[in-house]
Amino acid sequence: MNIVVAIKHIPSIADDLPVKGNNVDFDSVDFVLNEFDEQSIEQAVLVKEAVGGTVTVVGVDLIGELDNVLHLALAKGADKAVKITADEPGADSHMQAKWLADAIKGMSADIVFTGVQASNDLDGQIGPMIAAYLDIPYIGGVSSVEVADHTATVNKEFAGGFGAKYAVSLPMVVGVQAASKPPRYAPISKVRQIAQTVTIEKIAPSGDANAGAGLSFKKMAPPVMTGHAEMIGGSYKEVETKIVELLKSKGLV
Amino acid sequence: MPGPIKAKYVEKEHAVVDGVDISGHWNRMFEQRTIFEYTPELIEKIADLPNAESFANCYQCAKCVAVCPVDVVGNYGPRKLYRYAQTGMDLTETPELWLCTTCANCLRVCPKEVNMVKIMPAAREQAILDGKFVPPELQQAFENTAKSGNPLGQPQRKRDAWIQNAGVPIPIIKDLGRPVDVLWYVGSYPSYHPRGIDAASAAARIFTALGIDFAILGKEEKDDADSQRLAGERGLFEMMTEYNIETFNKYEWKELVVTGPHELNAFKNVYPKYGFERPVLHYTTFLTRYLDQLKPLLKHEVNVKVTYHDPCYLGRHNGEYEAPRKLLEAIPGVELVEMARNRENGYCCGGGGGVMWMDSFTQKHTKMRLSEKRAMEAASTGASVLAVACPFEVSRFEDAVKSTGNEHVTVNDILELLDKSMRGEQ
Repeated sequence: MNIVVAIKHIPSIADDLPVKGNNVDFDSVDFVLNEFDEQSIEQAVLVKEAVGGTVTVVGVDLIGELDNVLHLALAKGADKAVKITADEPGADSHMQAKWLADAIKGMSADIVFTGVQASNDLDGQIGPMIAAYLDIPYIGGVSSVEVADHTATVNKEFAGGFGAKYAVSLPMVVGVQAASKPPRYAPISKVRQIAQTVTIEKIAPSGDANAGAGLSFKKMAPPVMTGHAEMIGGSYKEVETKIVELLKSKGLV
Repeated sequence: MPGPIKAKYVEKEHAVVDGVDISGHWNRMFEQRTIFEYTPELIEKIADLPNAESFANCYQCAKCVAVCPVDVVGNYGPRKLYRYAQTGMDLTETPELWLCTTCANCLRVCPKEVNMVKIMPAAREQAILDGKFVPPELQQAFENTAKSGNPLGQPQRKRDAWIQNAGVPIPIIKDLGRPVDVLWYVGSYPSYHPRGIDAASAAARIFTALGIDFAILGKEEKDDADSQRLAGERGLFEMMTEYNIETFNKYEWKELVVTGPHELNAFKNVYPKYGFERPVLHYTTFLTRYLDQLKPLLKHEVNVKVTYHDPCYLGRHNGEYEAPRKLLEAIPGVELVEMARNRENGYCCGGGGGVMWMDSFTQKHTKMRLSEKRAMEAASTGASVLAVACPFEVSRFEDAVKSTGNEHVTVNDILELLDKSMRGEQ
């Protein structure tokens, strides 16, 4: 099985996002691995462990710091790492999808994993676009994947607590919501050993940047606060009474 | 995993031992246990790990269990771990692996020098390397440290944001561009945690009032990761150590003063193995040198009964029991009272050895938090202030006094009490 994981390096939102001009101030923000990609790497490694094969992790190197993320993925069980050397911190999902798809084309992938979405691109289109470029099916919102005889059995989540099980023939692209197990921990000694011994394959980004979404930023600003939490004061008894009243008034009890 | 095999008792109408009838009404005796049924494999598995050799020394005297802080709130202790290993427990895959706080009280009384402070990190490291269960909260703290340079996951560029509101200018050594007497390593909790910032700001005001020539590393400072090492992440500790030593050596300073006992332990006791041998002092030890200058500054009476909690890594691990008490006694109006367990036998707050970041996990395996037990001990002295000298403790004990119904006890770092006496009520 040729398993490929397409990942995104995104600005961290652990802190207030610094804005410069009409975009994120990319020089003063930390970049981190998209949290859904952590899930998709885990799911890929679980599939490999179940049926054998190799896991190749590929991502766009936006700021020259993707190596750390790739070393971590290798320490968690990926076999090969590839980076697309773009050096374009503002490259959007549409642009990245094109570059990733072109890189994946030569990998004869049986299954491609992506995170279902990323906090800097909530349209969640990177998976569907890669699938479209590769001309293979896509299924998103996935919470577990099992592979047997070139068919994948996939659990997909829907709103309202519903789920459905699909059987999909490979190859396909999967948008992972959550891996079937929580992501494993990679000891730093292993990560550092990999960092010293492994070579990461470099690929130049294919074509120009015109594959982008065609959107331009007019203005970027922190969101305006419109509401706030109400603190209920008083004794336990008073607080209790108020909570019950509140729940009743909203028709919840 | 096979569970521990327990010895079975039998009840006999008549018990005859070596020809002597020792029957009583319903006498109960234990059948002789056949030690040969057990294999030493699971003890050897641990004792074969580098630094964990002393695990095999245990001769089951159980002195450790009597002083183990975890046994007070549960069923634990080094002797028990040895016995469980003898009867089928693999330490690397059991919840017991994560309960030890490396407080070192067992080592103090052990006649065979079974050193859990070395054994537990080695066993934990093996568990992590083997991909065994690691409490998710702990994984998060490891990942935060590796990614952000601190276990709280706060951004590195905000590490010195707190200095804006300290009320005194705090020089950053890089900007100062000259040698200083004291490089003050602030630490992660004093840099980011709101209550830690209170202590850090108090320290800055005290150092300034004493005219100490000091500076901090600011955005260049990263976590010491000593507790992560004790929780089994030696690779992470080594990565942070290489960075920290390089950073410390970039600048000229005479002494390194730390806010926290865990940092003291790392820089003073562990860093020499990595080639860093420079003077390191905890702030309590450092400030007692200035007692004569400090006393006239402590103008305002702080009329409270105070009890002091010895941090394990300041007391047992580094032998400093008196400096914190001298500082507290220097504060006018303070009456210092002792808890029953103090100094060498001080009770652990439950935050050492990385257990700081396993609170909801350890909750499932103990009757109450160690910090709650200690908060109750503090309250029982009649003190209205529980004084601490470790940045882990303020948040732990503030939660514990609330959850045990002892809200009337205020938790303060000694720095905050000194500052209060210096400036009066703010």
